[in-house]
Amino acid sequence: MSVVPETALPGVSPAFDVAKIREQFPILRQTVHGKGLVYLDNANTTQKPRAVIDAERRYYEETNANIHRGTHFLSEKATAEYEGARAKVARFLGARSTREIVFTRGTTEAINLVAAGFASAVLKAGDEVLITGLEHHSNIVPWQLACGRTGARLVVVPITDSGEVPVEEFGKRLSDRTRIAAVSHVSNALGTVNPVEEFVRLAKARNVPVLVDGAQAAPHLPIDVAALGCDFYAVSAHKMYGPTGIGALYGTEAWLEKLPPYQGGGDMISSVTFEKTTYNELPWKFEAGTANIAGGIVFGVATDWLRAVGLPPVAAHEHALLVRATERLTAIEGLRIVGTAPRKAGVVSFLLGDVHPHDIGTVLDREGIAIRTGQHCAQPVMDRYGIGATARASFGVYNTGEEVDVLAAALKKVQEVFA
Amino acid sequence: MTDLRDLYQEVILDHNKSPHNFREMADASRIALGHNPLCGDRLKLYVRLDGDRIADVAFQGQGCAISKASASLMTDAIKGKTLDEAETLYAKFHDLLTGPPDEKATGAGLGKLAVFSGVREFPVRVKCATLAWHTLESALKNDKEIAKTE
Repeated sequence: MSVVPETALPGVSPAFDVAKIREQFPILRQTVHGKGLVYLDNANTTQKPRAVIDAERRYYEETNANIHRGTHFLSEKATAEYEGARAKVARFLGARSTREIVFTRGTTEAINLVAAGFASAVLKAGDEVLITGLEHHSNIVPWQLACGRTGARLVVVPITDSGEVPVEEFGKRLSDRTRIAAVSHVSNALGTVNPVEEFVRLAKARNVPVLVDGAQAAPHLPIDVAALGCDFYAVSAHKMYGPTGIGALYGTEAWLEKLPPYQGGGDMISSVTFEKTTYNELPWKFEAGTANIAGGIVFGVATDWLRAVGLPPVAAHEHALLVRATERLTAIEGLRIVGTAPRKAGVVSFLLGDVHPHDIGTVLDREGIAIRTGQHCAQPVMDRYGIGATARASFGVYNTGEEVDVLAAALKKVQEVFA
Repeated sequence: MTDLRDLYQEVILDHNKSPHNFREMADASRIALGHNPLCGDRLKLYVRLDGDRIADVAFQGQGCAISKASASLMTDAIKGKTLDEAETLYAKFHDLLTGPPDEKATGAGLGKLAVFSGVREFPVRVKCATLAWHTLESALKNDKEIAKTE
């Protein structure tokens, strides 16, 4: 199959040229099992544009040195690029200052950092941590660990049949004992866009800080943490067309000052004696050890790239793909979409008759189509629907309407195999 | 799609659709749970032992075509066998699944279980085919733990 890129998705500005975007992703040119690759596993990880791949190589060819400690040319260059990348990430997320951006290994580490800090400095027995029934395991387990250490209790806002977290249900579960609310901006399993603005408004009224897991939102929606008013926001570069192993935690200065360091080591200190150690300033207080320097710098490049494409056009394009996919897949007899919230990002989780998602994934793979199958690291979501797993197609900036049609046609083949 | 048919052979598709011994067992002497966290497959295996012979075996649960057909064919294959015979069969079955993909599997001594010979070309699906057997192992050891293929 050859994918003929198109620009004519309804609702998408003609200035958004998906063909031009596809050209920038070398991996998309390959064939898989003799078929053109149709990559629909973007909620899992995104492919990388030429600009990102080149920046990674350029760093090692022209810049490589350790940061924050050298007196030589390369060290200064690497430091400037790394801190420059922090400024880019700050701007991408709408942070006021680079002091509010901590580089982490990704969203998971960012949430663990906050949860561990809350366990040491905030949570007491009887306190409550509020999460939602939509969370990825990475926004559940760190809080369970924190609760286990402190005797605090995990409170979960239930989701509806359509996969939404009702604002009033969230509000009802905020109590005098709630010490933090941790919510996903976009559900990885279902695609639901949560009304985080409303969650923040309700939590603020009770003085409860809010952490937003933005792993699935940052590549798809314009983010402005200052306008949102959340206290923490966590993202992963690899879901934003950047490298793996790097991400960022946005935290307000007030909270980052209050939380203790996450790990001890080099770079996070300003002075060390055997009697007493003084920690470094923000944000370095939370960055122990030699950083993922290349990752940080290239993360900055990825945010530049995404900003140049423009988040509003990306959101419009992916929404058009979502609409088309919902229409095409719903037309398939026996196919059921799991997660039907009115506000969704480009994620379609589905079941196809009695065919197990794993079998769907294997047949689609032979057609060159990459999707994810399983629990999506969100077992409680699967349990909520009484299902073991789903198949999930998730869209990125380079996907086309034709690829959606290829998926729909291949699903009919799945039905033939298992007829 | 010849390679897909290597994996999804007719016998496998039939057992997926109408699995044998797919029922509860009231007088089971051993029960074990199997779980593949990667795909969410869950399996409950019932075994009734008569001395060292597997007098009856049945299963329930949800899983992909490979794991369900494997459980179904396993129950057919081991019913009436001694524990030693079942173990030998599992060893042969395991070799069938994990042998080199470029080497044609003979499936000698495996009877109907030889239909899983195509699985070796799909390494991610090996765990689906072995879930029932892992669970059997755990049932025979009378482990309290849930058998996992991870």
